[in-house]
Amino acid sequence: MCRPQVVAAYPISPQTHIVEALSDLVRTGELAQCEYLTVESEFAAMSACIGASAVGARAYTASASQGLLFMAEAVFNASGLGLPIVMTVANRAIGAPINIWNDHSDAMALRDAGWIQLYAADVQEATDLHLQAFVVAERTSLPVMVCMDGFVLTHAVEEVDLPEQEQVDAFVPPFVPQQLLDPDDPVTIGAMVGPEAFTEVRYLMQQRMDTAIGTVAEVAHDFREAFGRSSGGLVRGYRLEDADTVLVTLGSVAGAATEVVDELREQGIAAGTLTLTCFRPWPDEAVREALAGARRVVVLERAFSVGRGSIVGQDVRDSLHDLPVTVVEAVGGLGGRPVRRSDVRRLVEGVAADLLPTGRLHFLDLDHALLASAGVR
Amino acid sequence: MFNVRFHGRGGQGVVTAAEMLSVAAFDCGLHAQAFPTFGSERTGAPVTSYCRVDDRPIRFHEPIEEPQAIVVQDPTLLHAVPVLAGVQPSSYVLLNTSRELSLAGVPDGDRVAPDRLVTLAATDLAREVLGRPVPNTALLGALAALTGVVPLEAVLVAIRQRFAGPVAEANVELAVRAHASVAHDSMGTVRAMGPARAGGTVGGRA
Repeated sequence: MCRPQVVAAYPISPQTHIVEALSDLVRTGELAQCEYLTVESEFAAMSACIGASAVGARAYTASASQGLLFMAEAVFNASGLGLPIVMTVANRAIGAPINIWNDHSDAMALRDAGWIQLYAADVQEATDLHLQAFVVAERTSLPVMVCMDGFVLTHAVEEVDLPEQEQVDAFVPPFVPQQLLDPDDPVTIGAMVGPEAFTEVRYLMQQRMDTAIGTVAEVAHDFREAFGRSSGGLVRGYRLEDADTVLVTLGSVAGAATEVVDELREQGIAAGTLTLTCFRPWPDEAVREALAGARRVVVLERAFSVGRGSIVGQDVRDSLHDLPVTVVEAVGGLGGRPVRRSDVRRLVEGVAADLLPTGRLHFLDLDHALLASAGVR
Repeated sequence: MFNVRFHGRGGQGVVTAAEMLSVAAFDCGLHAQAFPTFGSERTGAPVTSYCRVDDRPIRFHEPIEEPQAIVVQDPTLLHAVPVLAGVQPSSYVLLNTSRELSLAGVPDGDRVAPDRLVTLAATDLAREVLGRPVPNTALLGALAALTGVVPLEAVLVAIRQRFAGPVAEANVELAVRAHASVAHDSMGTVRAMGPARAGGTVGGRA
């Protein structure tokens, strides 16, 4: 729908069917004026996207897990060069032990790669975010990852309102590159930059990322105007008004979070939830504004920094540093373990009752019997 | 909300079955969600898929642990994976088998209400109608008759959306015949076909 001109991808579960379907669309001509490059690795996939984007083509790829890590060097180059590549990340755990199922370790490992990261709550939002991603990328000259939970969303059949092609064409205009490699007017991009200017290049990246916060919000606003549906953006609050305890999530747990909040509200617990759609750039003001009224915040994420703890939790705590809000950090749903409403509910009830101490990472769904059987106490 | 869990092996159309049921429900104006749990993807490996049907939007994503209906596409799974986990007294269990079998010794088998267990020789019927041992559309037809979660017509729409030409029509015939074989009485409640019926219940096979 977004009319990429070059798709270069290497298959990996749970992304495979996405790129297979795209290669079919190219083969049949349904996706016209697009070249599908069969490459030998993810590193080659991103490198091909970099080349394509640098000569002015709209470039797309998709990956996950070890594949994403294998392309890591090129991922940094894409952002360093300011190339508006869009990549679907079908979020999957990273080995060892090898595991093909969902968590966010892959995208979080590339948190600092200079890409915009958007997380989809459901299949409809995954669809909508791809439209928005191309607009955001090309408006900011920054690459965008659209993160969708592997299997949970990538393999789910749900109702999706697919926009008409004409609507998409109006929303995602043809790519007009801000810089272009042209043999008739040769320039070098990505040349070596020494200590005299490297800092300044990085400073400009940071500036551009700061600007992107506004762009992400603005494109989501335009999307709502064009399609009549609220999707994407920076953050999305649910029943935050007068909420004492707020659950912060990202990705497909968002739906369960709203269900749990409704249940707890019926029980008289003033709960709310905040879904982070945009994780990079970090929407500091939006997070702060959404959570300023809360007394307790619990961040539940599907990845953590081994040796430190919560990744998203650190950012949330930082945004609220001078406010009287307690931030509890939790991890769950690693390597495909489902995050059930019952688990989420127990977590939020515990936080609401001040039973979970701060300053340590809480594991949502630890199997104590399994640990005991392995001799761990 | 009506929750259906499908168990089978890679190659039996387990994932497709749940997807087609969700399309059928959607066609009826209901909300639906289907998704699989894969192991490593390979033919013959146990596969589980899920379908939720509701008259309001489905917001959450989690496996179905207390299904209202369980479809077992391959009877060899009964002792291999916990296919009956979470079965309720009111849960339907639709079992594809052409042999006499008992749930004795099957985990949670004693929790299945005898009048909710229905067997169907879906693979035999598929072989006869399609020429291929893929039982999923037969089981969907039977499931529609058994539970009323969606009407047969919606299943046929979903089949025609999924397949084309002669393949679609053969699967339609398969679903229609399987549907007809699952008998209802005049009150619309399911008449038990027995947990240990020899020779299957459809297809005129002895």
